[in-house]
Amino acid sequence: MDKRTIIMDHYNNPRNMKKISDKNYLNENTSNASCIDNLDIYIKIENDVIMDMAFSGEACAISVSSASIMTCNLIGKTINEALEFLNNMEAMLNNQPFNKDILNEAVVYEDTKHTSRKTCAWLPYAGLKKILNNINVSNN
Amino acid sequence: MNREDFPMLKQDIIYFDNGATSLKPQAVIDKMTEYYEKYSANAHRGDYDISYKVDMEYENARDEVVSFINAKDKEEIIFTSGATEALNMIATGFFANIVEAGDEILITTSEHASNVLPWFRLAKDYGCIINYIPLDDNLHVTIDNVKKSISPRTKIIALAHITNVVGDVRPIKEITKLAHENNIFVVVDGAQSVPHLSVDVQDLDIDFLAFSAHKMLGPTGTGVLYGKKELLESLEPINLGGGMNESFDSPNEVYLKELPTRLEAGTPNIAGVIGLGEAIRYLKKIGIEKIREREIHLREYLIEKLVKLPHVDIINLEADSGIVTFNIDGIFSQDVAYFLNKYNICVRAGNHCAKILKNATGVTNSLRISLYFYNTETEIDELIELLKNKDKIMEEMI
Repeated sequence: MDKRTIIMDHYNNPRNMKKISDKNYLNENTSNASCIDNLDIYIKIENDVIMDMAFSGEACAISVSSASIMTCNLIGKTINEALEFLNNMEAMLNNQPFNKDILNEAVVYEDTKHTSRKTCAWLPYAGLKKILNNINVSNN
Repeated sequence: MNREDFPMLKQDIIYFDNGATSLKPQAVIDKMTEYYEKYSANAHRGDYDISYKVDMEYENARDEVVSFINAKDKEEIIFTSGATEALNMIATGFFANIVEAGDEILITTSEHASNVLPWFRLAKDYGCIINYIPLDDNLHVTIDNVKKSISPRTKIIALAHITNVVGDVRPIKEITKLAHENNIFVVVDGAQSVPHLSVDVQDLDIDFLAFSAHKMLGPTGTGVLYGKKELLESLEPINLGGGMNESFDSPNEVYLKELPTRLEAGTPNIAGVIGLGEAIRYLKKIGIEKIREREIHLREYLIEKLVKLPHVDIINLEADSGIVTFNIDGIFSQDVAYFLNKYNICVRAGNHCAKILKNATGVTNSLRISLYFYNTETEIDELIELLKNKDKIMEEMI
């Protein structure tokens, strides 16, 4: 599938897009200061493994599809694997060397270089990063 | 009209975001460059020719503002960094000293953040109550709704003259009359009105008015606080420092200068103020009535075409200004803005800094076209051509 088809598929039929009020989930709001993208990220972790992940909110095609792809790729992964994924995503969006194999479908944003759109693709990961950082802080 | 005066328009862009900031004519750019190249001294200081020249140009700009908004006196015009600073000065420097717990401040849900947050802070710090004048079905403010919202505790009515999302022109003259009969102060955010229609502070009987240079062909970082002289006399300066003091010896012996200097501490944005003066000269030369006529014509032209597109939902169908807010059915506003950007069309997507408006409209974000006199029918035609085809937008928006 071409990049556009993948993005539009995840935008029109976003996976794991639902509000979660279960207290077993950690959650974090993530929004773009420059625009109106606004997402909540939910994540359930047991023994360092991401058991479930979801998102809700209102955002553009790039943000929504990126969040959908993120959840699909990270459910079942360990926290360290998630961090590695996240670091590669960040590297890709900032034109740094990155590992294509790790990112799977998320490589569709490799060409999302327009500054505002880059922020959109990164938006769900910004929320995830906040959650994972909080875990690291509380573990230390 | 007058497109040749704007260097930005020599590029291949269609600029429809004049509510955010306007483009600058060559005359304004030249006037500011001239200051930096020919008489770049400080104001109110030197005993040498170029410093006198600075004073003269700086005060000429103040005269231009006086006549543009028909103030009574130069002392009523304070240069600020923009409308935001002016509104904060009004709330913190004037009203913080006179409000009492339980006093009510009337605003609306369609105000820009700059005309909400200073009042929120005042309410929080001094126990005032924020009340909202209900908007009618068109999201407009009617004098009847203002009447209904006034109580014996109402102290301040703070309204945009024209709102930046809905684009409605508020009946300020009627509002100030009603307010003053009830001993209520009226603060007007003129950021979206002063550039586009004739604002006569005496005729409208406004107590305080705030506006920004950059939305009226002038530079960024410059704006105006207008206040009736008797009110400004008791506005306490937020900034103390150079230029505004007469003498000082000890904490109890500080003597300040008269208005307007007393409220302009520190070296002002000299180039900015001189640029604003030139922008006003430029606007006067065209004529503000002519500018307004042109914008209303362009708005009608745009609306007439937009309503024919079945997938376009216009949020402010009824508004007497160059602001048109809408959504494309089923497409997030930012995606449409990004699509238009591919064709060098600049529009704004978002909540436009009116974050509590969504409570009234149920619409959290939208696209905004804000027109100015230099926009053209051809530009509108190009926009419509692109918006016509929803599939094309979907195809190219990512």
